[in-house]
Amino acid sequence: MIRFDQVSKTYPNQNRPALRDISLEIERGEFVFVIGSSGSGKSTFMRLILREERPSVGRVYVAGKDLSKLSNWKIPQLRRQIGTVFQDFRLLPNKTVEQNVAFALEVIGKSRPTIAKAVPEVLDLVGLGGKGGRFPNELSGGEQQRVAIARAFVNRPMVLIADEPTGNLDPETSVGIMKLLDRINRAGTTVVMVTHDQAIVNQMRRRVLELDGGNLVRDQSRGVYGYVR
Amino acid sequence: MRAQFVFSEIFIGLRRNLTMTIAVIVSAAVALGMLGVALLMLFQTSHMKTYWYDKVEVSVFLCTKEDPGRHPTTCASGQSTQSQMDALVADMKSNPLVQTVYTETQAEAYARYRGQGKDAAMVDYVTADQLPASVRVKLKDPSTQNIEAIRSTYQGQQGVEAVSDQKTILQPLFKLFNGLTVSATTVAVVMVGLALMLIVNTVRLSAFSRRRETGIMRLVGASNFYIRLPFLMEGAVAGLGGVAVAGLGVASFKFFLIDRVLAPSFSFTSFIGWDKVLLTIAILIPIGLVMAVGASAMSLRKYLKV
Repeated sequence: MIRFDQVSKTYPNQNRPALRDISLEIERGEFVFVIGSSGSGKSTFMRLILREERPSVGRVYVAGKDLSKLSNWKIPQLRRQIGTVFQDFRLLPNKTVEQNVAFALEVIGKSRPTIAKAVPEVLDLVGLGGKGGRFPNELSGGEQQRVAIARAFVNRPMVLIADEPTGNLDPETSVGIMKLLDRINRAGTTVVMVTHDQAIVNQMRRRVLELDGGNLVRDQSRGVYGYVR
Repeated sequence: MRAQFVFSEIFIGLRRNLTMTIAVIVSAAVALGMLGVALLMLFQTSHMKTYWYDKVEVSVFLCTKEDPGRHPTTCASGQSTQSQMDALVADMKSNPLVQTVYTETQAEAYARYRGQGKDAAMVDYVTADQLPASVRVKLKDPSTQNIEAIRSTYQGQQGVEAVSDQKTILQPLFKLFNGLTVSATTVAVVMVGLALMLIVNTVRLSAFSRRRETGIMRLVGASNFYIRLPFLMEGAVAGLGGVAVAGLGVASFKFFLIDRVLAPSFSFTSFIGWDKVLLTIAILIPIGLVMAVGASAMSLRKYLKV
């Protein structure tokens, strides 16, 4: 589903590469944690998948497509197959929950009947059935993140990228979010999650990719946060 | 494409930056209005040219019996004779520049003079033999060059008092319109520049104030066109607003200046009609649109990375 082939990324005006010779493959339906300290290259890793950046060296493949050969006008097609969730939710405060989710479909030109059907479905899925008329500031942090996940998932993407989705949430709420992501993963969506949350990584026992200073220092299936020797 | 969604986005954008929107509309209106006035003046000049060039004729005035004192070189022998006039007519008829030739005797000139100045006190003191007989020629092509050629041919011939043409009389009016065209165009150019800068800034502000929305649109895979459309349409709406105001300006220029001031003072010539005003506005619409949408697109390329 996602393949990095000897990828390095050096940003302009910087000597040290943000990613150094990364090769890895993430299969369809996998659940992968990406861990590492700040500046280890996690964000660059995500941005390469979303084609927000191009690799300096090497190739990135998503869903079988070589992103370096993807022309600019096809990038939106790629992003329609990738859902994205952030630590800070990124909801539109002046739109209701329903409108926030519907927005993701409206802007890619989905028909009104499709939207009317898909939005309540996905809100039920994330456990927000009946809260569609609320505004984001009327919801708890966990609920807001569920809205964001609903928005990312409403178009049924093949890949869901979550950038520290539990970073702003208390442990109890985080568990709920993880259960939701796990459910989405079990339904067949590949999930790539950047996190600092040791408890979650240790509990879930999924594949762990650890980045350090731009190098891939660990690729461990059913891994934990710290080193296991 | 969901039209309702796009239109609500446009409306939100315009309302959020209301002051900038007004500034854009006003500056676009002034720019386009000046452009409109320049166009009207161009139309007026060409209208006058066709109107007058149909009529332009060169008049060769013959000597009267009082002329020897005033024009001693060419009118030395006193009143021109019929044979001198016949010779002139024959000569003109053979001139390749000339289309038609007709003559006006002193009696005919007197009749026309009385007809023109019925109320003037002078009329009673003027007698027929004080007015010159004339030979009038209509040129095939009344260009300034040809008129000068005719003038230099007949000016200075024996029995010719003076050569005059209407084009020379009309020069001041043409100069006025040319001046208006040039100054209106200058103001228009400056204002177009100003309007472009304002549009660029407005779209930039708009893009900034909606960066959250556009960020999400990018992430969920909205096409570049879809993301940019509301901004482009904002520019287009503001541009059309400018055209509307400019149209009012052009119409009032016609109504107040041409119809109320110029037409009464220069009653001997004709002025453009409302059809040309409509044509001008029709020309301004695409100019306004291209200006606004072009500036928006430029601004988006710079400030809205997709």
